Formats: sequence, structure tokens, C-alpha cells
Amino acid sequence: MNRTIERQRYLIDFTIASLARRRGRNLGLFAVYTLLVFVLASASLLGYGLRKEARTVLAASPEILVQHLLAGRHDLIPESHLAALRDIRGIAAAEGRLWGYYYDAGMRANYTLMVPSDRTIEPGTAIIGSAIARLRNLGEGDAVHFLSPKAKMFRFGIAGTLPSESELVAADVVLVSEADFRAFFGFPAGMVTDIAVSVRNPKEVATVSAKISRLIVDARVVTRDDILRSYESLFDWRQGMITVLLAGAVLAFVILAWDKAAGLSAEERREIGILKAIGWETSDVIAVKFWEGGLVSLGAFLVAYTLAYLHVFHFGGALFAPALKGWATLYPDFRMVPEISGQQIATIFFLTVVPYTLATIVPVWRAAIIDPDTVMR
Amino acid sequence: MTGSPFLALQGIAKIYNEGRHNEVRALADIDLDLEAGKVTVLMGPSGSGKTTLLTLVGCLARPSAGRVTLEGRDISGMPERFLTAIRQRTFGFVFQRFNLIPGLTVADNVMLPAYPLGRPHPELKARCRELLEMLRIGDRADAPVQWLSGGEAQRAAIARALVNDPAVVIADEPTANLDTALTAEFIGVVEMLKAQGKTLILTSHDPRICDAAVVDRVVEMRDGRIVGGR
Ligand SMILES: Nc1ncnc2c1ncn2[C@@H]1O[C@H](COP(=O)(O)OP(=O)(O)OP(=O)(O)O)[C@@H](O)[C@H]1O
Ligand SMILES: [Mg+2]
Repeated sequence: MNRTIERQRYLIDFTIASLARRRGRNLGLFAVYTLLVFVLASASLLGYGLRKEARTVLAASPEILVQHLLAGRHDLIPESHLAALRDIRGIAAAEGRLWGYYYDAGMRANYTLMVPSDRTIEPGTAIIGSAIARLRNLGEGDAVHFLSPKAKMFRFGIAGTLPSESELVAADVVLVSEADFRAFFGFPAGMVTDIAVSVRNPKEVATVSAKISRLIVDARVVTRDDILRSYESLFDWRQGMITVLLAGAVLAFVILAWDKAAGLSAEERREIGILKAIGWETSDVIAVKFWEGGLVSLGAFLVAYTLAYLHVFHFGGALFAPALKGWATLYPDFRMVPEISGQQIATIFFLTVVPYTLATIVPVWRAAIIDPDTVMR
Repeated sequence: MTGSPFLALQGIAKIYNEGRHNEVRALADIDLDLEAGKVTVLMGPSGSGKTTLLTLVGCLARPSAGRVTLEGRDISGMPERFLTAIRQRTFGFVFQRFNLIPGLTVADNVMLPAYPLGRPHPELKARCRELLEMLRIGDRADAPVQWLSGGEAQRAAIARALVNDPAVVIADEPTANLDTALTAEFIGVVEMLKAQGKTLILTSHDPRICDAAVVDRVVEMRDGRIVGGR
């Protein structure tokens, strides 16, 4: 028993000495490996985190949204529907929402102007999302001028900024009063953008939305689950694109690994022959080479995953958040809640460490079964 | 054990690349008994099969035909793993080009054959020191082997062959790259090992070796056959 342990210790010592002897080659390999895993892990952590984030944000959004459709497009909906909706059994509350998009030509950015339902905003003032505050360098007490779609200049005093917890969704928001909103867009009185409905019993969402469809025949009824699904497919799609790009990188890496590993140098072959001739078993030789490849790939994997974690959760995925989130100017630089899943780690592990280790073992095995008498030549 | 053959070869043949167009009959009809504690030299022109015979004696390779018996046990048909185990305990090798592993120190090279046996480290280190002192290269223990002179490299290779305390030491052309003074020193080492009771099997076409007083037996080879001896 002691001998077995001692023997493994010797093999590990020898492995470490071997790594040190081929320092240049192993460091190069380590660097490429780290880069690859870093990119893969960042994409995976970011996608996962974003989805999680979206789900959190949506959890606070209405269970059912009622929109008006005109010629298949989203249209304004009359406030007069509210009373009828409130009469439907199972509906806890129904509220008209006022929101719209504004394109800031100077900054080439899109904002979402909204009238909040849970707070009142003084006319002439606005509360802005953190990204806008950053972009236009605004703070409380400043003023901002927006040119309305009707080519009229509006001045808003900044009454505050929104906290950045839910930045993914709230970063580009401008909260204004109802009067300002209607004046700015020329929004007709008695109309709202859509209606938010909450239900008494979450299990009744489907029944209630069916009732609403029957009551307002030209309405589109969207449930929170629908929105969640479309968010998810959006993120899946973007992540899919990145994955396709990464597949190329992985392929390049496999070729490199194969080349590095399969092309056992003449020197290494000779070394394997010597070890066998002086009494090492084939399994000892393979164990040493296995640990050599394993230590490089496992070490690189751990370093890269740690870097990716820092990148995504401390630096907001700065390197490729634009591609993943898709907002060119106004992308929020929020900090996601650190979130790792074991399945994610396992996937990346099996995409990188396992193929590399196999790629190294095959040629070593071929070299290790050669007859030991070859070193006599 | 003196008198009974320690190692016996009967009807040995070795054919490389058998059945292919580049087939080479390296050895044929070899019958040879080797006694324990003796120094035997295989002599003959280049290509006569000396190295090939050493690989069979040292369990580095298996014969194409015939029987190899070690201490009465037929080992010619044994699987690789058993041959490895026998090699670890019974044979030490000094290769023609020494075959030290560059980048490792002299001491690390010397200890390599002991790793698979899992001997306790302090004991192994002491054994290594002792051997290097005996071969008078104790001060080079921590030098990387690529710094060694030819004579020092050979001593390191000899130390490595001895680390597991084998009964038989096998050396292929041990003096091929050595001058007269170093050859004389090598013969001194052979005398010392013989005095310790080791069996030595060497190949050489160097008359300084074949005529040395320490040599008990010379086997002459030609074209893969034994043609004489004394
Ligand atoms: N692996 C091999 N494959 C094919 N032929 C081989 C192989 N090894 C040796 N031979 C051939 O076997 C013959 C005997 O070779 P061997 O090396 O045993 O001769 P040697 O007496 O040791 O010669 P030298 O004095 O030059 O070392 C030679 O003709 C050689 O070419
Ligand atoms: Mg030879």
C-alpha cells in the first residue's frame, strides 16, 4: 500500500519535472487553452445570467397585457375598456399604461418614455434610467431638452435617476407625467398604450385571457409566460450565433491540440523508449503523460473559468456583451447576480478538457506499446 | 549457483520484419549458457547480431524461435508485463549512447528505474548517493546530465543501471566513445562490480576490453551465429 502511494508520488514528481522541462511548449498550450475556455465560459455565463435576469424582471411585470390590434399592428386602446375588464370575475386589477419610444437623434439612442403607475411625476420633470444619465451626463437638478415628434422642444428638469438593479430593462427609461406624455407625443385623450391586468389566482391566467379575448374582439392578449418565452428565444438565438462562431474556434483548437499532442517529438518518443527499457511499465508511461496533459488542461480550465466569472460578473461581460445584448449605444453596464450551474461547467469541461486529454493519450499509447529494444539502436 | 547456467539460450533465432520484403535474419541457431558472477564479452563485426542478442538476454525483446531460460525458468513466451517485472529486478542496462534523459539532473536520472518500485524516498536517495560516490561523480549529482563529459555520462549511466541492485549488468559497446584512460577506468569499474558478485554481459570489438584480465569469456559472432570463443 505504502509502495503504491510512494510510486504515485514519484510519477507525479516526474510529471511536474517533465512539464518544467518543456516549459515553452506547455506555456503556449496553456495560453491558447485558457483563451478558448475563457471565451466559451464567458458566453455561457453571460447568456445564462441574462436569461435569469430577464426572468427576474418579468416576474414583476403584469400577468396579462391587453393590446389593441389594427391591421395586425399594435394600436392604442381606449381607456373605456377598463370598466368592463374590472367586471370580469377573477381579475384583481386592470390599469391603463402609457409608454412609447423616443429616438434621440443627437445621441443615436432609443429611450422608452413611460408614465409610472406607482408614483406621480411633477409636470415639467422627468426621472431617467441610469444609462441615459451616463450617456448624456445628467444628474438630479440638471435639465434636458427633447425634440418631440411634432417638432416641438420640451424641457424636463431631472428629478432623479432610477436605481440600476434592473438595469437590463430600466436603463433606457424616462419617467414623465401623464400630461407631459400626452403633449409630447400628441397622444389622444381617452387612449392608452396597453392595459395591464392582474388576476386573483395565477392558475386562472388562461381562462381569464380567454374571457378578455371574447370581450374585446380586436385585442391581443399576451400573458407573462408568452413574453418570457419570446425573451428566451431571443437570448437563445443570440447565444446560438455566438456558439456557431465559437465552434470555429473550438475546431481550430482541436487541430492545434492534435498537432501538439499527436506530433510526439522524436525526443519524447526516445524518452518513452528509455523509460520502458529501464523497467517502467506501459501503464506508468501512460499515467505520466496523462497527468502531463491533464494538468495543463485542467489548470487552464480552472484559470479560464475563474477569469470568465470575473469578466462576466465583475466587469459586466464587457468584451462581448454588445453582441449578446444587442443594444449598441445604450447597453446597460449592470452587474449581474453571480450565478453558476453545474451543468454549464460540465458542458464546457466536456467540450475542452476531455477531447484534449483523449487527443494526447492516443499517440502516447501508440508510442508506449513500442518494443523497448528500440532504444538499443 | 556456480556451475549451473544462470541464463541459457537454446536454438535462438531472431528475425526482424518477419514475412515482409525487408525481412532480416539477425540471429540463427544460438545456443549459449551464461554463468552467474562472470564477465562475458560478445565480439564480432558490425551487423553480426551482438546488440540483438543482448536485447534477448536482457528481456527487452522476445526471440522469433528458441528458448530463453533464467534461473531455470522459461521466460521466452512471457507477456510483456512479466518481462518488465523481470527487467526491473534482474537487469541493469548501460546503453551504447547512454540514453540519459536531458533536462533532468544526474541524481534524477539515476533514480528513474526505481520509481515504479515505489521504494521509500530517503532510502532511494541514499542508494543514489552511495552509487555516485562509488563511481566518483558524487559532486555532479545535481548537475543536468547534458553538462556531463563522456566519461561522466557513462558513469551516470552505470549508476542508473545499478540503482535497483540487479544481478546482471548489460552494456552495449561501453567503450566505443572513450579514450584509453577512460577505457582503463571502465575496466576498473567492471572489476569492482564483478567483485561485488554481479554478472556482466558486454559487447565490444575493442581489443582493450576483450583482452582484459577481468573478462572470463569471449563469444565470437558472425552473421548472426556464434562462430567461436574462449
Ligand atoms: N529493428 C530492426 N529492424 C530490422 N533490422 C534490424 C533491426 N535491428 C537490427 N537489425 C538488423 O539486424 C542485424 C544485426 O544487428 P545488430 O544491431 O544486432 O548488430 P551489431 O552486431 O550490434 O552491430 P554493431 O556492431 O554495428 O552495433 C543487422 O543487419 C541490422 O541491420
Ligand atoms: Mg550493436
